[in-house]
Amino acid sequence: MRPVSYSRVADVATAIGTVAADPDSTFLAGGTTEVDLQRIHVARSKRLVDINDLPLRQVEELPGGGVRIGAVARMSDVAQALPVRRRFPMVSEALLLGASPQLRNMASIGGNLMQRTRCGYFRDVAAPCNKREPGTGCAAMTGVNRGHAVLGTSEYCIATHPSDLAVALVALDAVVLTQGPAGHRQIPADDFYPMPGETPDREHPVAHGELVVAVEIPPLPMASTSNYLKVRDRESYEFALASAAVAVSLDAGVVTDVRLALGGVATKPWRARRAESVLVGAPATVESFRAAADAELADAVSHGMNAYKIELGRRTIVRALRTVTGDARMVSDDGNPP
Amino acid sequence: MRIDCVVNGEPRRADDVWAGESLLHVLRERLGLPGAKNACEQGECGSCTVYLDGKPVCACLVPAGQARGREVVTVEGLGDGDLHPVQRAFIAAGAVQCGFCTPGLIVAVHDLLARTPSPAEEEIREALAGNLCRCTGYEKILTAVRLAAGREHES
Repeated sequence: MRPVSYSRVADVATAIGTVAADPDSTFLAGGTTEVDLQRIHVARSKRLVDINDLPLRQVEELPGGGVRIGAVARMSDVAQALPVRRRFPMVSEALLLGASPQLRNMASIGGNLMQRTRCGYFRDVAAPCNKREPGTGCAAMTGVNRGHAVLGTSEYCIATHPSDLAVALVALDAVVLTQGPAGHRQIPADDFYPMPGETPDREHPVAHGELVVAVEIPPLPMASTSNYLKVRDRESYEFALASAAVAVSLDAGVVTDVRLALGGVATKPWRARRAESVLVGAPATVESFRAAADAELADAVSHGMNAYKIELGRRTIVRALRTVTGDARMVSDDGNPP
Repeated sequence: MRIDCVVNGEPRRADDVWAGESLLHVLRERLGLPGAKNACEQGECGSCTVYLDGKPVCACLVPAGQARGREVVTVEGLGDGDLHPVQRAFIAAGAVQCGFCTPGLIVAVHDLLARTPSPAEEEIREALAGNLCRCTGYEKILTAVRLAAGREHES
């Protein structure tokens, strides 16, 4: 790790002021991304401003059934928090299916949202990467891209966003609360993550010196039976090849409301709006689920090694929908795996 | 900079600590506690696992300044003047090959059994997912956990 200066701050205003005043500084929370990227010379901040003492650790129930999660709350603490487990189990599951126990004890919620892609070329300073160094090209296009995105790609970048939590938050229409030199902002989770387009280096709307202070999840009664399905190369401590956060409301076997978001297959936490629109009003059958999955992946583009993700994405959608609706409700299950 | 913290129950001080230094480096090179191992330096392998304020963390990813005023327990601090039962179980089960991953595993198992005295098989595997053994000696490690949990008859 290159020499940096380190300081600890006790209040939000000082944290913002300190970082805003120094373009070479950054906030330090759990450190599981920042310190790692410093060490491999991808992150180059010279000054780390430790925000772990800020009073942003609470998980609070909001009136009406929502939850507010402080930005420096730990992944492990939030996963176990009763309001989260009761009201939004997909959030708890997404957290517990990420990283390792040690890293979940360290990593913060704000840091989870701000984490960088795990694309091997982004992490290799010798490789061209439009996200790390705009204009240098993308080595993943024709390189080892088995883990890369098939939705939301551009000719500049095909890297996935690695957060499981963000997938659940996008499904739930969560709002990211920030505070910065220009005041307070509320940013819908879906808007928090832009498509790469021609500027994959612009990964979020947060300005230098602006701090994520909390995440608010609005009430959604049907989310109390939601779930998060994560498909990966091994059953623990691995990023998603494909994942789905899903909540469904049924009336007499017909889908009346649905939230569906995908991870692992897209350049951002991917709200599956096409699939949702196919599902609403449709019977909760495997046929409906497949039609929804086909619609969502219709424009998917592979770059060779990741071609399998198009079908894997479809199957992940179908499996997640079957799980959350309960296989007993299937009226035309053909008995084959989805 | 100066780091004052409590390590294994005793107030400890390290001076002239460089701001980019990790807690792991301070423990090993400045405080004479080489139990936690320096392997991947990326938080991937768990060899450097120590307790920080009661929670197991990867000490390689903790900037030294973050430990200031906090409580650290390393593998050296688990036994009360003698080996801890988890350490004895690793010896009894032969759950050590090259030994490099062992201290981190001991801390992770210590934490698991403190929270879940009788863990199910899948709970053991998930709890140890962040501790890699490059000798791939996992079977004996799992045997040691069952032994420490009083479930040796199942191994």
